[in-house]
Amino acid sequence: MGKVLMKGNEAMALAAIKGGCDAFYGYPITPQNELPEYLSKHMPLQGKVFVQAESEVAAINMVYGAAGAGARVLTSSSSPGIALKQEGISYMAGSELPGVIINVMRGGPGLGGIQPSQADYNQITRGGGNGDYHVLSFAPESLQETVNIVKESFSLADYYRNPVMIAVDGLIGQMMEPVELDQEINEKVSPEKTWAANGESAKRGKINKIVSLSLDPYELEKHNLKLQKKYHEMIANEQRYESILTADAEIIIVAYGTMARIARTAIKSLREEGIKAGMIRPISIWPFPSRAFKNLPTTVKTLLAVEMSLGQMRQDVVLSINGQLPVEFYGRAGGVVPEASEIIDKVKSIIGGHKNEN
Amino acid sequence: MAKGRIIIDVDRCKGCGLCIQHCPVHILELDLTTTNIKGYTPLIVNDPDKCIACSFCAMMCPDSVITVERFIKE
Amino acid sequence: MKTKRVYEPTKGLTERALSYCPGCTHGIIHKLVAEVLEEQGLLGETIGVASVGCSVMNYEFFNCDMQQAPHGRAPAVATGIKRVKPDKTVFTYQGDGDLASIGMAEVVHSAHRSENITVIFVNNAIYGMTGGQMAPTTLIGQKTSTSPEGRNQLTTGLPIRVSEMLATIPGATYLERVSVHDPKHVRLAKKAIQKAFDVQTKKQGFSMIEFISTCPVNWGMTPTDSLAWAVDSMIPYYPLGVYKDATKPGDDDA
Repeated sequence: MGKVLMKGNEAMALAAIKGGCDAFYGYPITPQNELPEYLSKHMPLQGKVFVQAESEVAAINMVYGAAGAGARVLTSSSSPGIALKQEGISYMAGSELPGVIINVMRGGPGLGGIQPSQADYNQITRGGGNGDYHVLSFAPESLQETVNIVKESFSLADYYRNPVMIAVDGLIGQMMEPVELDQEINEKVSPEKTWAANGESAKRGKINKIVSLSLDPYELEKHNLKLQKKYHEMIANEQRYESILTADAEIIIVAYGTMARIARTAIKSLREEGIKAGMIRPISIWPFPSRAFKNLPTTVKTLLAVEMSLGQMRQDVVLSINGQLPVEFYGRAGGVVPEASEIIDKVKSIIGGHKNEN
Repeated sequence: MAKGRIIIDVDRCKGCGLCIQHCPVHILELDLTTTNIKGYTPLIVNDPDKCIACSFCAMMCPDSVITVERFIKE
Repeated sequence: MKTKRVYEPTKGLTERALSYCPGCTHGIIHKLVAEVLEEQGLLGETIGVASVGCSVMNYEFFNCDMQQAPHGRAPAVATGIKRVKPDKTVFTYQGDGDLASIGMAEVVHSAHRSENITVIFVNNAIYGMTGGQMAPTTLIGQKTSTSPEGRNQLTTGLPIRVSEMLATIPGATYLERVSVHDPKHVRLAKKAIQKAFDVQTKKQGFSMIEFISTCPVNWGMTPTDSLAWAVDSMIPYYPLGVYKDATKPGDDDA
């Protein structure tokens, strides 16, 4: 297909079609509207399903039904809309249903705002619904990375039989960048969906049921332990991150998505001033790439978590470094996007602080 | 002479009495001498000869306890 | 003496014994839905959607592929299924708490979109599974665990007549309210179910059958008295009959 200049939301929509999406069920909410708008035109052209539901609650339940019938399914929303979908997502995890959920994050809490934010981190990574479950979640920073992950997410969801979430923010959703839609991605192969309740019981010779209920606590515990195996497999195989200039770094910034893009500029400028800054950029936010924090070079004195939220991701950095290094924090909220200069000043204040100490 | 008979799956019966209420020839009652596997007092036919095999009892049964057969004259 | 079997348990239900209280008419309604699916040869390619309430476990009772939906969301789950499997038969089985309270938006919008699904709506004027609370269909003056002095219209409004309400929606193709309080009405109810699944098979749009049903335990009555109460108290407020039939020529106001 070659490179095309596309808006993030539309690029994600086209990537979903390329990823083999059979059905989309969504609901309008800024700043992700171009995604369903694009699909409302192109899905029917492909003989695929597009439904604008009466609410996000209805939309995620339509996703549940279609996924339970064996289809590859997508929904997209933003922050408060994702909050409405959490019960449905918990049901999907409990019933072991694949599905892709795109969250174009906006400022919160409550109705919040419509500017870009990362304040859904806890809602995404701590499982926003009831029960011990996790959603395999990614936070890409560029349209190319986003498009590739969206395409890959359908096979990941099928493989793990679990919801997969792609968390971007309004900035990534709204900006335009050149993207190559047909880049090779590694497709995780999974067996045929013989478990699906797809109305083939006559041919199949047995009945399939999609259920998350179990009134027997021992049965439900056994089921939970089975789910945990999947999550351990995700922790083992799906930790994704990028390390930038960490080999000789004295301070390492930890930032994802749009925040990481801005931190790159800050690091370049700091390096020009002789301050050895580096970055660890989580690409998966669940499982959090704690592996990236193992055996860091001895040159590193401090970690600095930088977010468009108020310390949600920092907690995972603290957990990963496990007390071996101090974890400083810089964040803006409400949809305010920090300037690179703010990060530069923060780093200097931390480094400066150390210089006076010794 | 009975037109047919009913077969009662005694252990499925919950003794609810809906069949008894709607039997047009009033030949059904609960067998107070026994309890079934679930501890309910099950259904019994107290006058099989009067059965007209109308299936009303089976239609009213919420638990598919009753099978109805009609006698075929040779 | 040779015999001919004239009535036997339907293959539309599994061997599982039903979990309902003695005399609860859920059992009769399950049988009728299952008999129709069996007789119309639809079992092998049907997907049923269980809701949340006393009938939540009916994915163990219906002898076809089943999905269990979150409380109130069965029509949305069914929409999701039907859109990707348009040639399969899809039905929901819901109580009044599930459909007329938490799930009202879902059933209204499924009807509004005229989704090609069949909704089996069981109205027993109470929340059964959770122990007898007031439902949107609880009658005025009816005592429940959350209307201990009898439902009071001033604070809880009037009971909702769902069939009449959905009849105002153009997309609702077939709506009928039936009862199962005696063999004659059981037979009529079965006809209604046959008609509803026929509407779906012919892709004529949304169909719902509302059943007046009983709850002996939470009403505090014997099963037989419950049937009488349904007739004497519920049916006058919820008259039986066809509330929409857009399949008849000239009756199509869609």
